[in-house]
Amino acid sequence: MRNKELTFWLFITPVLLSLSLVVIVPVIMGLFYSFTNWDGLTITEFVGFSHYQRLLGDEQFIQSLWFTVRFSIASIILLNVIGLGLAMLVTSKLKSKNILRTVFFMPNLIGGLILGFIWQFIFIRVFAAVGEFIGVEALQVWLATPTTGFWGIVILTVWQMAGYIMIIYIAYLQGVPKELLESAEIDGATPFQKFRHVIFPLIAPAFTVTMFLTLSNSFKIYDQNLSLTGGGPFNSTQMVAMNIVDTAFSGNQMAYGQSKAIVFFIIVALISLTQVYYNKKREVDL
Amino acid sequence: MKKKQRSLIVLEIFGILLGLVWLSPFYLMIVNSFKDPRGIFSNVLTPPSELNVSNYQQAFEDLEFVRSFFNSLLITGASVIIIILFSSMAGYALARNKSKLSNALLLLFVAAMLIPFQSVMIPLTSNFGQIGMLNRLGLILMYLGFGCSLSIFLYHGAMTGISVTLDEAARMDGATKFQIFWRIIFPLLKPISVTVAILNVIWIWNDYLLPSLVLGNNSQTIPIRMFYFFGQYTKQWHLALAGLTIAIIPVIIFYFTSQKQIVEGVAEGALK
Repeated sequence: MRNKELTFWLFITPVLLSLSLVVIVPVIMGLFYSFTNWDGLTITEFVGFSHYQRLLGDEQFIQSLWFTVRFSIASIILLNVIGLGLAMLVTSKLKSKNILRTVFFMPNLIGGLILGFIWQFIFIRVFAAVGEFIGVEALQVWLATPTTGFWGIVILTVWQMAGYIMIIYIAYLQGVPKELLESAEIDGATPFQKFRHVIFPLIAPAFTVTMFLTLSNSFKIYDQNLSLTGGGPFNSTQMVAMNIVDTAFSGNQMAYGQSKAIVFFIIVALISLTQVYYNKKREVDL
Repeated sequence: MKKKQRSLIVLEIFGILLGLVWLSPFYLMIVNSFKDPRGIFSNVLTPPSELNVSNYQQAFEDLEFVRSFFNSLLITGASVIIIILFSSMAGYALARNKSKLSNALLLLFVAAMLIPFQSVMIPLTSNFGQIGMLNRLGLILMYLGFGCSLSIFLYHGAMTGISVTLDEAARMDGATKFQIFWRIIFPLLKPISVTVAILNVIWIWNDYLLPSLVLGNNSQTIPIRMFYFFGQYTKQWHLALAGLTIAIIPVIIFYFTSQKQIVEGVAEGALK
């Protein structure tokens, strides 16, 4: 019996140890540090909630949070509409469906940093050239204004992640029974009616999955933000993750940066827990 | 029936056009990577009039591509191998040992997935810095910590499909736990190991923020090297684009050699 327990622990210890070192201990220490004047090495006093109070009046932080929320909403809507559209396209009877699936998914495998640089070229050089040619000024100063910078990151994210969302929708679409679609056709349903009354109710659960995936992914975005706009112009397109990195590592305010990181953790955890709750509820309903 | 066929042709054309739109960023990157600055300025949309390979020579050298490629390969390879070894062992132990303790441990691993990287990175890099582990070894250890949760979860799920009678039969024959796992169970887990490998390769290969905080100047990965390279060549698009093209090639090769497994693996990881 003792021998059995020993092997159990032998099998578990490597991962348990690394998880503790890398995640559990830092998160506890981080929570503690956020109440002190920690500078990365030493602590001389406890400052209570003063970092959190300062955070409420930190316009740049609030702005980056608001930017992230708006960005998440825009990308959730677009990603789901486009991702579902692509999934329906590549599960139809098209001859090109397999190659299209390959194409739509491809950006997903390449890192956000590299994709951001490619799109920086497109927005700055290609959009400018096209804008000059057709005489549209907005195209010539893309990424130079907060609004176009916002849509720049949205376009990049949608292009990168739509293939991923497509894959999830494909899995659900393949679960729609063929007999149901055939009998709807025999009853004379139009393609739209077929979608609205047969397909849509059956793939509705996919929406919960993709919505929360996109939500927590868009909240954590850093690489794309860094390489496409770098937060500019004047930090107007800075997202929360970048705000935290800048505060801690460029601004050298470790404890204050950590208090932002704790707030960020709470927001992301609430989003994920809501997802878990809905998934469980859905399973019960079924 | 005629009408239906015609609408299918319209849809086919629409699909192909959309596919081309999807690929256009890569097209623009590649055609302009062969031009000189003047060529990019005068006509950004058309293919180059001549193939200017010197952009690639310079980008290849300045990216120190051979070194950063092997660094990325070493870090990604080592991390993924230890993630597979240790997560499969843990998934097996947690699935076979049915106790409150193993339920609690599984819950701990799953709960750890809720913690975003940015909320631990500051104490993490400080701790590792103090014990002198801000290097490749430390980075690989960090990838095990961040990558094991989802992997354990996937292995644990896969274990439910493997009957306990296999373990018992092997024990009758006098096999130890280690032998049972490595000789019998681990080979049966191969499909899920492929999924775990793919999900972690995609993430670790492309990761920028963590290695940028951990690694010094001597052991840079492709994304870090790319970041400095790009900063060096802002407004010199011909070189920057050649560098980006070089950086993407390994990923494209990986995608085309194991596309089916990648797409299936990603779907499996997302749906669980």
